[in-house]
Amino acid sequence: MSFLTIVYALLFYIATALLVVGVGLKIRQYARTPAPLKIPTTPAPVTRSGVVMRIFREVAFFESLFRSNKWIWVFGYLFHFGMLLVLLRHLRYFTEPVWFWVNWIQPFGKYAAFAMLAGLLGLWARRFLVDRIRYISTPSDHLMLALLVGIAMSGLGMTYLDHTDIVAVKGFLLGLMRFSPQPLPSDPLLLVHLGLVATLMIIFPVSKLLHAPGVFFSPTRNQVDNARERRHLAPWAEQLEAGER
Amino acid sequence: MADFEVPELKEYPIIPKLKEGVMAHSAPFVAAGKFQTPLGYPEELVDNWKEVAIDKMGELLGKFRSLQVFLDACVHCGACTDKCHYYLGTSDANNMPVARQELLRKVYRRYFTFAGKYFPKLVGAADLTEDVLDEWYSYYHQCSQCRRCSVFCPYGIDTAEITMIARELLNLVGLNVNWVIEPVANCFRFGNHLAIQPHGLVDTLEFMAEDIEEATGIRADIPINKKGAEILFVTPSGDFVADPGIFTCMGYMLLFHELGIDYTWSTYASDGGNFGLFTSHEMMKRLNAKIYADAKRLGVKYSPTIIEATETPPETVGILSTLINT
Repeated sequence: MSFLTIVYALLFYIATALLVVGVGLKIRQYARTPAPLKIPTTPAPVTRSGVVMRIFREVAFFESLFRSNKWIWVFGYLFHFGMLLVLLRHLRYFTEPVWFWVNWIQPFGKYAAFAMLAGLLGLWARRFLVDRIRYISTPSDHLMLALLVGIAMSGLGMTYLDHTDIVAVKGFLLGLMRFSPQPLPSDPLLLVHLGLVATLMIIFPVSKLLHAPGVFFSPTRNQVDNARERRHLAPWAEQLEAGER
Repeated sequence: MADFEVPELKEYPIIPKLKEGVMAHSAPFVAAGKFQTPLGYPEELVDNWKEVAIDKMGELLGKFRSLQVFLDACVHCGACTDKCHYYLGTSDANNMPVARQELLRKVYRRYFTFAGKYFPKLVGAADLTEDVLDEWYSYYHQCSQCRRCSVFCPYGIDTAEITMIARELLNLVGLNVNWVIEPVANCFRFGNHLAIQPHGLVDTLEFMAEDIEEATGIRADIPINKKGAEILFVTPSGDFVADPGIFTCMGYMLLFHELGIDYTWSTYASDGGNFGLFTSHEMMKRLNAKIYADAKRLGVKYSPTIIEATETPPETVGILSTLINT
C-alpha cells in the first residue's frame, strides 16, 4: 500500500471521528442547555405539529430568508439544494450494490453541481459587492466559500475534464468503511477534492457550519406559543423561584 | 451631536450606505455610585472586571440555549443587515443586527471557542477590553429589543436575547444606566421606584382621598399596612404621581370602597412595577420578594405564591397586583 493511501486513509478516519464526535458534543450541549423563556417569534404556531411544520419550512424552503432577501435566498437555495443532490449522488461511491433511488438522481446530481457552484459564487460576490455584507465578512467567511468552491470545481473537473479511476476510488472508500484500505488513485484533482472535503469535515464542529444543527435548536423557531396555557419553567428558574439560589 | 442625515421615508425603504462609528458617541447616562452600591454593583471598573464578565458569560451560556445557539449559528449571510430601524435611521455599521451581535460574539469566540482561541484574526475574535465595554454600552443601548431581526433571520437569531445578556454583563462591572438603576435602587431601599418614603406615601394617599371627597362627597377608606386584611394591593408607583396615574389610583380607592373589599396598601412594598426586568432575573426576584415578604408580615388572607396565582382561579389570588408595568 502506498504512502499516499495511508495518509488519506488516516485523514478520513480522523476527519470522520472529529466530525461525528464534535457535532455530537455540540448537539448534546444545545439539547442540554435550558431555554428558560418562551420566545417564539410571532406569528408562531400554537401546537407541536405546527412547530414541526415551521421547522420543516425553514429547513426545506428557507422561509425566513425568503421573506428577508430574495438574492441571498436564490443563491443560498441553489447552493444548499445543489449540494444536497450532489451529496446524495455521491452515495453511489459508498454503497454496493447502489440503491435504486441513488441511480435515479444520478443525472440530476451531476448537473446540481453547477447550481451549487453558481450559488456559492453568487454568495461570494455579495461579500464584495454589498457594502453591509462586506463589512460583516471575516477572513474565515471568505475561506469557507473558497473551500466549498474548491470542492465543487475539483469535483466538476473530474466529471468533465480529467477523469480519475472512479472504480478504484469507490474501492478505496468501501475499503475505508470495511477497515481494509485499498489503494487510492493519485490524480491531482482527486487528491485536492478529497483533501478539501476532509478539511471541511474537520472544521465543521468549530465553525459557523454549526448553523446546520443550530437551526433545529433555535428557541425562536422551535417553541410552541403557549406561554399562557402552560407554564414554562426551566430547572434553574424553578430553583430560583423556590429560593434555593 | 454627530452629523448624520435623517432618511426620507418612501414606499420602499432605501437602504442607506454604511457609515462607521457615527453613533458611537451615543450612550445613556451612567448611574451614580450611590445607586449602584446598595445593589452590590461596583461604582467603577474593579480590578478583576474582565474575569467577572467572562465568568458570568460562561454561566449564562449554560443557562440560556438562545445565547449558546445564537452565538454559534450566525453565518454572516447579511439577511438582517437592512432590517433594523436603528440602522435605517443612523446608517451606523454597528446598528446592523449582525454587527450588534458580533460585538458580543467576538468576545465569545475569543474565550469560549477553539477557533477564536487559536485563530482570533481569522474568525473575527477579540479580547474583552475597555474599548469593547464602551462599544457594548453604546450599541447595546441602541436596541429597543423589538425582535424584527429575528423574524428575518434564517435561524431565528434574536438580537434582543444578545442585548439583554450583554446588558447583564455590563451591570456586573458597574456600567449601569441611571434611568434603570436609580429606580431599582429606590425600589430596593424604599419599596417603590420613585423613592416615596412611608410617610410620603401615606400623605399622597390621604391627599387623593380628600380630592375624592371634594369631588364626590364620599370619603373612601385608605387602609395602610393593615394586618389581617384579606388582600394586599400593589400597583405600579406611577399611580402615585401625576395624572393620569393618580386618577387610576383614585378609581381603585372608589371601587374598593364601593365593593367593601377588605384590602390594604403597603408602605414596605409599594410598587407593582419592576425595573429589575432591565437587569436580571435575580434582580426582579429581589424586588418582587418584598411584596411576598410584606404579604406574609401582614398576614393577608391567601398564600401568595406565584404558582397559585397562575394555576388557580382569580378569587383565591391573595395579591391583587396590577403588573402592567412589567
